[in-house]
Order: sequence, then structure tokens, then C-alpha cells
Amino acid sequence: MEAALFWPLALVAIVAAVAVIAARNAVYSALFMVVVLFCLALLYLSLGAEFLAAVQIIIYAGAIMVLFLFVITLLNPQALPEQEHLPGQRWLGLPLLGLLVLALVAVVASAAWRPLPPSTLPANNIVAVGQAIFRSYLFPFEITSLLLLVAIVGAVVLAQRRA
Amino acid sequence: MPLEAYIALSAVLFATGAAGVLLRRNPLVMFMAVELMLNAANLAFTAFARARNALDGQIFALFVVAVAAAEVVVGLAIIVAIFRRRASIDVDEISTLRG
Repeated sequence: MEAALFWPLALVAIVAAVAVIAARNAVYSALFMVVVLFCLALLYLSLGAEFLAAVQIIIYAGAIMVLFLFVITLLNPQALPEQEHLPGQRWLGLPLLGLLVLALVAVVASAAWRPLPPSTLPANNIVAVGQAIFRSYLFPFEITSLLLLVAIVGAVVLAQRRA
Repeated sequence: MPLEAYIALSAVLFATGAAGVLLRRNPLVMFMAVELMLNAANLAFTAFARARNALDGQIFALFVVAVAAAEVVVGLAIIVAIFRRRASIDVDEISTLRG
């Protein structure tokens, strides 16, 4: 069951991820990004992280990608550079990228591929996550609210027109 | 499913995101590539949480989502502010932060 879910989702996620960075139009990139996010949300479900899957769809696909689409349309796609100048970056970037992929492949391939044992995670994921956040992780959780406040103030200051 | 399958998928997604940052000059697409890398990390966190039967990885992924939201808000605001001034958002032309 898990394998029947994993391989198609992994394939779609990888193809969509390549499409995100290969698409000429940024709007298409954003739409392919939503596909990747949905595939990952389904994988989170199969990993027993129901709350994270819901957060992924509501916050990532719902809020963050809509913000992206707003900014893309606000900036008027015609104004975006059609031809991208890459002086030397491609020749430096591709070997570095190959090195990164090689390292990642070497690490993953050297591991023993054994099926995961049955999950002993709490059956009610939302209750368990809520208790973990408000007990052991209360302080980081509160700091997150400060971070979001700083982001809101920063966005308002940066985006306001100077009179 | 072996844990390594999830980690391999996470590695592929991370490498794709890194490729986007290295090979694209459109800041919006570069931002989406960064999001791709953050999501790859989240997948690894969740897979490790499942393998170790501990919730901490899932909690950490939630914090990553919150940080990503803050990062996107500030980053897009900067892009909009630069576009208002220059009417161009090619990252190679924006080598100084001075208005």
C-alpha cells in the first residue's frame, strides 16, 4: 500500500519540481510548485503526519503560493526578462551541482535499504502534535510568533510607497 | 517502504532546488527553488520522525513552514520594492542594496 502510493507520488513530485525550475513563465512555475506541495502532503499522510499534511496544503499551497501568484501578476510577466543572461554561471553552476548530486547519491546508496518497522507513533497525530508544541516546544513556538510579527512589520515597511 | 527511499526523494528535490537557484536569474523562480529545498528538508524530517517513532521531526517541520512563510513575505516585499524603483528584477542588475 505504502509503496503503491510512494513511487507514483515521487515520480510526479520530481517531474513537477524539474518543471518549476525549467518553466519559462513564472506563473507556470508557481502552478507546478503547487503540484509538488500536494505530492509532499500526500507523502506526509502516508508517513503518519496528518497535521503536517494539512498545514502543508493550507499554509504552503493556500497562503504562500497565492502570495507568489499575487506578486508575479503584480510585477507584470511581460516586464520579466525573457532571455536570462548567465555569464559564466552555467559553467560554474553545473559542475558544482554535479558534485552535490554525486555526494547525495553516494550517501543514500551506501545505506542499508530495509523496510521501516510498523509505526508506533501516537494514533491521534493532532492531539500528540498539540501536546508536544504546547509542552516541550512552548518556547520555540512563542518565538515563532515574534518572527512572524517581525516579518509583517518588515513587509509593510518595505512595500509602502514613500510619500 | 525503506527510509532511504524517502531520503533519496528528498535529496533529488533538494538538488533540483539548488539547480534552480544556480541556473535561473528570475528572482521569483529562484525563491520557488528555495521553497523546493525547504520542502525537501521537511520531507527528510518527517521521514526520520517516522523511522525513529518520535514526533520531534514533525514539530521541526512545522517550524520550518513558519520560517518559510516569514522568509517569503519579506523576500517578496523586497522584490516588489526593487521593481518599483528599477522596473527590472534581473538579479545581476541589482548588485547594490542602495536605492
